[in-house]
Amino acid sequence: MTPETLAYSIGFPLLGIFLGLVYKGMDRRVSARLTSRIGPPIRQPFWDVGKLLLKETIVPENAVAWLFNAMPIVSLAASLTLLLYIPFGVLEAPLEGYGDLVVILYLFTLQSLAMAIGGFASGSPFSSVGAQREMVLMMSYELPLATVIVGFALVYRSFSLTTIASTPVWSMVGPLAGIGVLLLLVALLVVTPAELAKLPFDIAEAETEICEGMLAEYSGRNLALFYLSDAVRGFAMAAIEVVLFIPFTLSYIFGLNLSGATLYIVEGLWFLFKVAIVYILAITIVRTSFGRFKIDQASKIFWVYVNIIALLGLALVWVGV
Amino acid sequence: MAKSTYYIPVGPIHPALKEPIRVEAEVEGEKIVKVDVKRGFAHRGIEYMGMKRNAIQTLYLSERICGICSISHPYAFVLGSEKALGIEAPPRAQYIRTVIAELERIHSHILWLGVIAHEMGFDSLLFWTWKGREKILDLLELITGNRINYSMYMIGGVRRDLKESHIKAIREAIDYYWKFTEQMKEIFLSDPVYKARTRGVAQLSKELALKLNVVGPVARAAGLRIDVRQDTPYDAYADIDVKAIVPQDIVGEVYGDGYDITLVRLYEIEQSLDIIEYCIDNLPEGKILAIPNYVALLNKIKKTQGEGIGMHEAPRGEVIHYFKYDGTRDGPAVWKVVAPSYNNINSWGPALLGAEVADIPIVVAYIDPCMCCNDRMAVVKDSSGKVLPYDLIRKKAIEKTMRIKKELGVRK
Repeated sequence: MTPETLAYSIGFPLLGIFLGLVYKGMDRRVSARLTSRIGPPIRQPFWDVGKLLLKETIVPENAVAWLFNAMPIVSLAASLTLLLYIPFGVLEAPLEGYGDLVVILYLFTLQSLAMAIGGFASGSPFSSVGAQREMVLMMSYELPLATVIVGFALVYRSFSLTTIASTPVWSMVGPLAGIGVLLLLVALLVVTPAELAKLPFDIAEAETEICEGMLAEYSGRNLALFYLSDAVRGFAMAAIEVVLFIPFTLSYIFGLNLSGATLYIVEGLWFLFKVAIVYILAITIVRTSFGRFKIDQASKIFWVYVNIIALLGLALVWVGV
Repeated sequence: MAKSTYYIPVGPIHPALKEPIRVEAEVEGEKIVKVDVKRGFAHRGIEYMGMKRNAIQTLYLSERICGICSISHPYAFVLGSEKALGIEAPPRAQYIRTVIAELERIHSHILWLGVIAHEMGFDSLLFWTWKGREKILDLLELITGNRINYSMYMIGGVRRDLKESHIKAIREAIDYYWKFTEQMKEIFLSDPVYKARTRGVAQLSKELALKLNVVGPVARAAGLRIDVRQDTPYDAYADIDVKAIVPQDIVGEVYGDGYDITLVRLYEIEQSLDIIEYCIDNLPEGKILAIPNYVALLNKIKKTQGEGIGMHEAPRGEVIHYFKYDGTRDGPAVWKVVAPSYNNINSWGPALLGAEVADIPIVVAYIDPCMCCNDRMAVVKDSSGKVLPYDLIRKKAIEKTMRIKKELGVRK
């Protein structure tokens, strides 16, 4: 491990937490504007985390205490590790070479799993129902997600994100495979809210049904860690979508000849802008314009419709490449 | 593997149910296998208080039985009281009462549509419907002076007249709500998520609805043609010939579920708009109070012996007030209130049994429950099941207060 990697591995998580909270604030603001409200200031998530960290952390009497307390840490650790695999604009991913898309898939799963285990460990009926729902939902959306990743591996003959980010996918494929990639994009966009536990698939946290489900018993520092993990995960998911489907850099589009610090700053800001657009389109607008599905309906949507779309996309990519 | 079931307690504190009632659901996975509904968390003794006051004070007290139906209870009160006293409101007052009651029905139904959307996580729809509801609250404020608890009705008439400017504002609001209801119909009835969440949920058959004595929109959604305005018309409804709105008239089939009740409520808003239009077009001239002097009214009450029942079709169903004046004091000797939620809550048990956990909020919200209308009486039993007398409970309550005061060190 070089000192550079070490610096990255400390700097990236901090940056990721900051960006995650900023995007969360933006999300709340835009959502409020869409429903004719004013909404909180963008810095509100920072205040929320600060307040949660100051509050008392309560462990329920019949909870498995060590598991209950460990799961928020696992969840946050998984989401912070996730950041180290994402190429940030033209910057290479710090852990490039140590893992790829499959690891990312596992890290996403690990977070959901940590929340589910935390829910089961809390010993509350609401949390148990929420955790059961989360497991069912996870089983439903993992297959389309894996299909998308396999589709990309077919195009690039590689699972590495940096390889994928270096050349836009649209320039690698013909018209037929292009349609296939488009279908994969649709499948990934449907999976996104489920992966991030947002409406219409926030079934595991349904506030009006089971009082935030898995998080019902969490408070104080533990809840703050889950909150941070959720924020980082939202940013990471949008960033991965950008890397996979719109990796066009400014230099690539306009043929600019930037170099040095200017290149990194301009491309970094351009990347953040793209992530913001994807975040608002795929998460904010979707979560504002849908009601919540029931768990069996959500399962059906993923197992039948989204799977058909993803597998069709995969087949087209396979034929086209 | 042994079957594992556990209880999900909904209420008295739960985000799906911001009202003091408890639903204990025993669930197996997602399926509810046993339901128990417990009432009696909010006994306020309003009837008892009413029997200690004079009739006009009791009228305002009745308005505070429920916050949303703040016209329904006074309406039933004045109708019952007028029957007991043998007086009748002037025609103009009758028409004004009808206008206010129908305006309230519109705002209550829009409120319900927002609540049901919220219960399925559809918060944008909640914000949008409640934004539309603001206009009618402003209108009610313009006419009566208050957004809620209007203090508009009086035994033998109304307290405020409808001016030309009010009628103009009502006409504007009616135009607005025709368009708004059209939009709401489009959204609620064609949205696939809404349909997926409400079709088949909280289903009541016609026979079961009859057996459970449900009233109001819940009964009408199950296909029963029950409506106080149609069955025993009063005030301006007698001139209008109101027909109960049932799903078989609208779409030709009855499921008796959450979707049908949405249908019924949406079309009832349109019916209310029609009634208001008729009333302000045909508003009779004349005075608005049968006995304008309140002292004279109280004197008449003090000399009257008689009883009467007032019935009004509240947005949630039938409200009944029973009255008895015994000629000794200027208030009711007996006052008995029956609110619609009491009957409608009966439907929770059958509707929840066999449903999923995700259906609980919708089943709970679909009758538009109102707990404060509900708890009319409290029976206290000791551990052996013997009912304790009032004096003993009172003595025990005082003893407990003294003990707590002593423990906390509060001086007398």
